[in-house]
Amino acid sequence: MIPETGQFALILALLVALVQSSIPLIGAARQDQAAMALARPAALAQFLLIAIAFGALMSCYVTSDFSVLNVVENSHTDKPMLYKISGVWGNHEGSMLLWVLILSLYGAAVALFGQQLPPGLKARALAVQALISVGFLLFILLTSNPFTRVDPAPLNGNGLNPLLQDPGLAFHPPFLYLGYVGFSMAFSFAIAALIEGRVNAAWARWVRPWTLAAWAALTLGIAMGSWWAYYTLGWGGWWYWDPVENASFMPWLCGTALLHSAIVVEKRDALRGWTILLAILTFSLSLLGTFLVRSGILTSVHSFASDPARGVFVLALLGIVTGGSLLLFAFRAGKLDGGGLFAPISREGALLLNNVLLATTAGAVLLGTLFPLIADALDLGKVSVGPPFFNAIFLPLMVPLVMVMAVGPFLAWKRGDLAGALGRLKFVLALSLLIALASWLIEGGSASPLWAAGGIALASWLGVSALLEWAERIKLWRAPLNGLLTRIWRAPRSAHGMTLAHFGMAITIAGITGSTAWKSEHIQVMHSGDSVDVATYRLTLDSVEDNLPGPNYTASRAHFTARKDGVVIAEMLPEKRLYRTPPRQTTQAAIHTNMLGDLYVVIGEPDPKGGYVTRLYYNPLAPWIFLGAVVMVTGGGVSLSDRRFRFGAPKRAASAVTGRA
Amino acid sequence: MLRWPVLVPLACFLLLFGFFTLRLVKMNHGDMPNDITTVLIDKQIPPFALPPLFEGKPALTSGDLAGKVTLVNFFASWCIPCRAEHPLLATLAGKVNLVGIAYKNEASDARAWIGAMGNPYQAIALDRDGRLGIDFGVYGVPESYLIDRQGRIRYAWKKPFDPDEIRDTLLPLIAELSK
Repeated sequence: MIPETGQFALILALLVALVQSSIPLIGAARQDQAAMALARPAALAQFLLIAIAFGALMSCYVTSDFSVLNVVENSHTDKPMLYKISGVWGNHEGSMLLWVLILSLYGAAVALFGQQLPPGLKARALAVQALISVGFLLFILLTSNPFTRVDPAPLNGNGLNPLLQDPGLAFHPPFLYLGYVGFSMAFSFAIAALIEGRVNAAWARWVRPWTLAAWAALTLGIAMGSWWAYYTLGWGGWWYWDPVENASFMPWLCGTALLHSAIVVEKRDALRGWTILLAILTFSLSLLGTFLVRSGILTSVHSFASDPARGVFVLALLGIVTGGSLLLFAFRAGKLDGGGLFAPISREGALLLNNVLLATTAGAVLLGTLFPLIADALDLGKVSVGPPFFNAIFLPLMVPLVMVMAVGPFLAWKRGDLAGALGRLKFVLALSLLIALASWLIEGGSASPLWAAGGIALASWLGVSALLEWAERIKLWRAPLNGLLTRIWRAPRSAHGMTLAHFGMAITIAGITGSTAWKSEHIQVMHSGDSVDVATYRLTLDSVEDNLPGPNYTASRAHFTARKDGVVIAEMLPEKRLYRTPPRQTTQAAIHTNMLGDLYVVIGEPDPKGGYVTRLYYNPLAPWIFLGAVVMVTGGGVSLSDRRFRFGAPKRAASAVTGRA
Repeated sequence: MLRWPVLVPLACFLLLFGFFTLRLVKMNHGDMPNDITTVLIDKQIPPFALPPLFEGKPALTSGDLAGKVTLVNFFASWCIPCRAEHPLLATLAGKVNLVGIAYKNEASDARAWIGAMGNPYQAIALDRDGRLGIDFGVYGVPESYLIDRQGRIRYAWKKPFDPDEIRDTLLPLIAELSK
């Protein structure tokens, strides 16, 4: 009964989406208020129906209803409750349901909170959003029904891939989808604006919060995935340039560019066509990622069971959405010309350079990801594109980007004073070189690679300049201290947000540099009682316990004691687990962090003489990689709370902007 | 007014769309992305000499493979599918001369990986810059090549092994070549 309810709700959602995608659009063309107003209740109803379907599937998982094929294939009664729930989106069908749930969630949010949007723009944007829903709901109902029954029902299920049974990974997909599906909202606004043939500062102001929300969620989602890889794959790495990682990273790069170019549209009414194009491209890259993962045309660990029929369907959707919107763009782009002029050295100029570098990086990652496929089609023979290629293209693009990132906020709009800005940054430059030199000396001088000092210098350059810009904004030195808190409170939240986001980026860069350059790694066979010195720590293997029972696995657990200068600082318990259904081995690294670095311990295979292979790492600054991402997300959140994005604000703001521009 | 620069994104997209369609059409005809045929089947293996992964072990040359049925397995520590394949390689113990090639890998990373995952190989060589990979036509990792006693490549498997492939194809072929 419950699965059928879910399926009926999905079919009803499809019908509602059909209505939502057509009638408001026609209404907007005819200026028919009643037809346009239909978009709001339709968007809410659509979300409600999809939520019912999602709830139905979740209830099948929670109660282990093995008459549902999807539950049989991906669940098991022994699985802890958390993973029964996360199992809902740990498979192709369920994750597509989550996909449309989030798509309709954004639509419903615009319907609820977009009271101040012009009715035409709102009706069109919600109609476009529903059009995407129609495509994906059809996809689910026709090729990937999660509610298919199986008769007779088996006694138990096949279980979830043990690698996915991890608290960090349980919530990685929802955030990832909140991110890249969330870019659909900017896309829908872009298409609505193209249909209207009008893009202005007010439009940018309406689009920015949705882009910002999606960007923050995607940043968090990617960071969670990377963190998961760091602590479960068990060899201290955190990014592998796998096609599916790239699939989420490309929309991030493009979305970051969009976030910045929308500011230029909002403040200066320039880069309008480019911003629309970025909105289209960002969501198209999300769709492309979905296509790559679901069709199996590239091989990756993340791939769901692939099926060419599904591939054809998603490719058709990609063709309609991206092809159609780029065609519309080609016809309408001419109308978007003009807008504010600016000198190359200006805030706009810096943001444009940031956009060019980000878009180039996204393009290069796309090329690297698809190169095996293109080479195959052109009979160029066998090509493999691995991490070396990506690292080689990524760094030369990121270094200038970060250098500009520090200077940009110091430049004025329209015409900036580069010499003046650099003059104010002289002290930052000196300080970052000093920090780099100090860190290089601390890490052993000539023994540590020179580029590491460069990375630290870059991170300090960005971080310190972000703080300096903030200090100048709140007049930390120029005005009396007693009004300081008021000045901080009065400053635009989006400015605080920028400081946090840029500073978070600096933390991440420092983390990447430190953990790559100064990692110490010790691999050896250890017997109980053996000690190994790792960096400034001494790790002692006390014992290894075998056959420890877990809910659906058995584990070997090692007891390590970490000492520094003879003082015990941590007990570390890495595990090796053997899951029962499906049978598969996983490693659980034990990590002790002091926020300046991670002591990272993995227990490997036993050797015949009663010892164990152990891998002991000290990863300096590794926690900063993820900490930086959290700071960036916080910056996004703070910026989102800016009063000019709040409900009721856009209308007043719109007139204010036209006055200022 | 249409001006050509605004058509560039559309043109690029259509090009990509074409590639995707071609790929899907090929997949519909049974040509999966992993099924890469090698032109080297029944050809002599390329001559090579590679340093050992673990210092103190002998170097590996093409001559060392003569006279034994050998499975050459390309792997890398940065390759996640290799992790999935790795336990299956241990099941080949005693049935074939298993040689591992650490492909485009830093020696320390590959050693760490072998240390953690176990060593099913009789010998492991380091192909740090992927030079031997080019000669074998390695497309990605993991890839495996079965070589007969005369040093000819008899079989290539250009993706991670699965138990069915090992049972149904690889082991019977090894048995036949070992007669």
